[in-house]
Amino acid sequence: MSQRPKAIDPITLTVIQNGLQQVCNEMDIAFSRAAFSPVIAEADDRSDGIYHRSTGELIAQGEFGLPVFVGTMQYSTMSIIERIESGVTAAPEPGDIYIVNDPYLGGTHLMDVRFAMPFYYRGELFCWLQNTGHWPDIGGMVPGGFSAHATEIEQEGLRLPPVKLFKKGEMDEEIFAILKSNIRVADQRIGDIRAQESALKVGARRLTLLLDRYGSETVEQAIDEIRARSAQLMRAHIARIPDGTYVSEAFVDSDGVVNEPLKIAMKITKSGSDLHFDMDGSSPPCAGPMNSVMATTYSSIYLAIKHIFPNVPINVGAFEPLQIKRPVDTFLDAHYPRPVSGCAAEVSQRIAEAVFAALVQAIPLEVTAAPAGTSGNFALGGDDPETGQNYVMYLMTGGGYGGNADHDGLTNGCSTIGISKMPPVEVMEQKFPILFTRFALREGSGGAGKHRGGFGVDYEIKVLRGNARASFVMDHGRYGPQGAVGGKDGAPNTITLHRVDGDYIPPHFSKDQGLAVAAGESIAVQTPGGGGYGDPADRDPALIARDLKRDYYAAGQR
Amino acid sequence: MTRVMAGIDVGGTFTDVITCTVPDNPDAVPMMTIAKTPTTSSNQADGVMNAIQSTGMSPANIDLIVHGTTTTTNAILERKIARCGLITTKGFRDVLELGRRTRPNAYGMTGQFEPLIPRELRLEVDERMDARGNILIPLDEAALRNCLKMLIHEGVEALVIHFLHSYANPANELRAETIAREVWPNNFVTIGHKLISEYREFERGTTASVNAAVQPVLHRYIANLQDRLTEGGYQRDLLVMNGNGGTVSASIVVEEAAKTVMSGPASGVIAAAKTAAKSGVENIITYDMGGTSTDVALVPGGEPSTSSELAIDYGLPIHVPMVDVRTIGAGGGSIGKISAAGLLEVGPESAGSDPGPIAYGRGGTRPTITDANVILGRLRLEAFAGEDKPKISIDDVRQAMESEIAKPLGLTIEAAAAAMIHVANTQMAGAIRMVSLSRGHDPRDFALFAFGGAGPLHAVALARELALPKVLIPARPGLVNALGCLVADLRQDIVNTINRPLEAVDMTELKAVMTAQREHGVAANAITASEIAETRISHSADMQFRGQTHLIRVTLPGPDITREQVQAIFEKAYFERFQVTLPEIQAVLVNINTAIIGIRPEVPIEALLDADVRKQDQADAVTATRTVMFDGETFDTPIYNRDALPLNARITGPAILEQMDSTVLIEPGTNAAVDGLGNILIDVPLASSASREMAAE
Repeated sequence: MSQRPKAIDPITLTVIQNGLQQVCNEMDIAFSRAAFSPVIAEADDRSDGIYHRSTGELIAQGEFGLPVFVGTMQYSTMSIIERIESGVTAAPEPGDIYIVNDPYLGGTHLMDVRFAMPFYYRGELFCWLQNTGHWPDIGGMVPGGFSAHATEIEQEGLRLPPVKLFKKGEMDEEIFAILKSNIRVADQRIGDIRAQESALKVGARRLTLLLDRYGSETVEQAIDEIRARSAQLMRAHIARIPDGTYVSEAFVDSDGVVNEPLKIAMKITKSGSDLHFDMDGSSPPCAGPMNSVMATTYSSIYLAIKHIFPNVPINVGAFEPLQIKRPVDTFLDAHYPRPVSGCAAEVSQRIAEAVFAALVQAIPLEVTAAPAGTSGNFALGGDDPETGQNYVMYLMTGGGYGGNADHDGLTNGCSTIGISKMPPVEVMEQKFPILFTRFALREGSGGAGKHRGGFGVDYEIKVLRGNARASFVMDHGRYGPQGAVGGKDGAPNTITLHRVDGDYIPPHFSKDQGLAVAAGESIAVQTPGGGGYGDPADRDPALIARDLKRDYYAAGQR
Repeated sequence: MTRVMAGIDVGGTFTDVITCTVPDNPDAVPMMTIAKTPTTSSNQADGVMNAIQSTGMSPANIDLIVHGTTTTTNAILERKIARCGLITTKGFRDVLELGRRTRPNAYGMTGQFEPLIPRELRLEVDERMDARGNILIPLDEAALRNCLKMLIHEGVEALVIHFLHSYANPANELRAETIAREVWPNNFVTIGHKLISEYREFERGTTASVNAAVQPVLHRYIANLQDRLTEGGYQRDLLVMNGNGGTVSASIVVEEAAKTVMSGPASGVIAAAKTAAKSGVENIITYDMGGTSTDVALVPGGEPSTSSELAIDYGLPIHVPMVDVRTIGAGGGSIGKISAAGLLEVGPESAGSDPGPIAYGRGGTRPTITDANVILGRLRLEAFAGEDKPKISIDDVRQAMESEIAKPLGLTIEAAAAAMIHVANTQMAGAIRMVSLSRGHDPRDFALFAFGGAGPLHAVALARELALPKVLIPARPGLVNALGCLVADLRQDIVNTINRPLEAVDMTELKAVMTAQREHGVAANAITASEIAETRISHSADMQFRGQTHLIRVTLPGPDITREQVQAIFEKAYFERFQVTLPEIQAVLVNINTAIIGIRPEVPIEALLDADVRKQDQADAVTATRTVMFDGETFDTPIYNRDALPLNARITGPAILEQMDSTVLIEPGTNAAVDGLGNILIDVPLASSASREMAAE
């Protein structure tokens, strides 16, 4: 498909582009609706796409997928193809589905499990269909997989190289038996595996019909042409960026093990029609789980750009003008056995923040100040003496978005890499022996600016019964989200355990694990506010008065 | 006694009226009159009075008026709302502002949201209920009285009392209500659990705040309209449309004003369901294409799909049961342009109604779907001019199409116009497919019920794209919402949250809940008892397997039901939808719902087209012949006056049927027939077996 095809009529092209997009969207919907795990069914922590049969490159990806997966899955398709060619992995046959979650083979963290299915049209391999779903557990030292203290990947869970979970349409019960023996709450996984399989099958049926209608040659031509035109569209956006080099930094609080900040050094150069990304000078690989793997680092840049130019379709053509220099020997290009559980949820957001902070200098009207940029993972596990059962509660929270050229930032927005809703307080209190003493807007947290940052959340949870242990994987506790164009930083994340014997504040600010909390004690979290945009002195006095009237800020705070 | 009814729908641009006179003598012919007059946005009541006048009827001679209004919808969208205050549980006043941690779009880190009640008017009191309904902290009554005083002092007109877990135990909310009503200067007091007794504090609280925000607005509007009608001699009760597709008496509509939000589209779906049922068509997808957007709804088995999870705007969910109408951002005004990638894009940018398409002659300069239809000969420029001459020429329209679309793509002007329509149709088809699929329906089992100004123009091509076998176009495609007012039943939908494993549900308590729902609904309908020919009650449950989050709704036979029956009904429904059984996992009963429907006397919709205008011979209904383009070929196409077509006429396309409120396009080789009610049924030839299967997925 590298050869430029003869002209294809633009209408057929549009129709096929819409058609491929719909195949992916329908896979997304089928996956969520059939899934059991709320992480997939409710939080949509999954994604589906179509990939090139020989290069593995992304052809189309569902619009309802979690943003962090923009472009990532093509790297696992590439790995699978490479391993098949070198004979490490068995060659595909119709009806096969490979399972893989190895982060170093084009993945994210171990919990993101990919299914890759070779798609045959009239007996010939036409492309790959792939999806990824966040499994609630994959083994490892803590339930859920987010250990703040892991120092090697074996502690994070079961690592699967590409192997065929389905052979000629039938599930391999022996591989499934190995999976079941290595993950927690294994009995519910079969429902999610079936959902993941069914999404690929829905995609295969729809794609067959698209090919029947337009012919495989025309569709291939269209795919080539769409790729070229997506690159053209991205370049049209890039053309608006003045030539030059834009430099920024962003910091991860710590790796969870060594209490020192990790630096992302971002240098973006616009020259000609392309953008060049250079992360040399970033911190070296770290001991704890805040390493990122190559696929996640790349996709973090793609998703940041997609946030800036939302109308660019997601395919390899759009990525073509984004030239990324592989950040070798940094924590952004981790190799075995570095632990990586924090890469998808936290490091990815710091990389995106570095992209925002660099490009807001170049195109200040189109980029915002830094958003809260943390998923706010809080896990509480314990026993409820009233039911006699153990429980594990996960809560992810939002924070303020950065101000922008037109408006103040949004309050309590979702993480940069997510799109899911938070569960209601009333539901959390039904399911777990806890009580929220407050769930409030965090006053004063939005960074000052002509357009201030949005506000974070201020919540406190009291354990009602039994004993529990609390774990946190959050970020932006050391420094707040950065302001832009003269705006101030948003307030940093805070965690406080209110215990009978006094308050406890995690030494790593935003990360800690296995902290004992007894009945009657409570956990208080304040999530970051967004960075401010523009000089606070330029803020409309009427808006300042309004903000004071609403107690958004205390008098004299700014 | 002869009975006269009027259905009046106020839309964004037009106020539509249909009156229906049913003679006492069953052998006499019923008569209908129609009118379409401009909506008066400053006070919709003026437009309503004008519209009634245009039908030649006097309010004094009308026995019943049923009214659909956009007053509350517009009030919310334009934020022309009452000053509201909130009193809530300590620690939770920001629930309405924080929402559920979202952003407006998946990509783009921007967005804005202002809750309906500003922070300074959201006050907190000490009180707390736990999730099981135990009172942890009793209501601090003195603090409550202080809050009330402060809000009154601040000039707040409408009050919301919204406490955590009030669905589980409303005691604190009810006590607070009693105290509030003692001092609150008016009746605009909304109590969270009374509107919806469901868990989820943001959605319940927001629904309550929507109610409060529009109560005074709706009250003033209805009072004003009633005064005007009374002046005109109208002496009866007024019925008002709700978003669930039912009507309620104006005397109680203000109490639950939130339920009137988004009632306009619901009314169209009700009319479509009733019309299709009379025509013998069971499953329909309604397709209402207007100037800026298109509304789509599913009506499987004659029952419009409903949802309790709709939102009027970003951050503003309204969780009362409503007809589930989805809006697609494509309409006659959708603008075509060439993207930076050199591809044709249609919409979501729209020329709206002002300036509107170039063809309107109001200053529009960019080609729209309507302009494409003009170029292809499907619409006449004269049709937009009213009584004036067209303000612009066909050449103006063609020139814009040439420079904006045809030249960049290297197409002829006609091909560019056809391409715009084709792209818009594939986008609409995609959206319709998603709407039906996401609810587990096969679109091929449905007929397309097309209405709105532009629906009947695109219906056949769209049905072909979706492989729908049949298109149904009602007698008055442009007045379907007004017809909905005329034919809608009285309806109450009541929801209570149970949210317990079925094993743990107290079946006696469940029966009591259902019985109470039933009694409440019957009492609300009884206020207009004279309108009710028969009462139908249906019960349903929203269920899931433990651990799932998506719900499926199952119909229950009645309050006397055993646990085993509920389990069996749920398992059967789940298997039908997902083809799997999960015997090892517990079933959970989340919500119990009851619909109480007061069936109103039947309306003779066959009278919508005036029998006197009908010709004996269908050839006499032809008014002209025009050159129209289909698939790149030109056809001499007969133009019919739709009103003049005899019943049971049969037409093979190409043909265009023109009528006051719409234009119907029948493509070459397509067969259409007029049924006994004046509806047009079109058989859609399927392009290929592939496309038929495309739609099946």
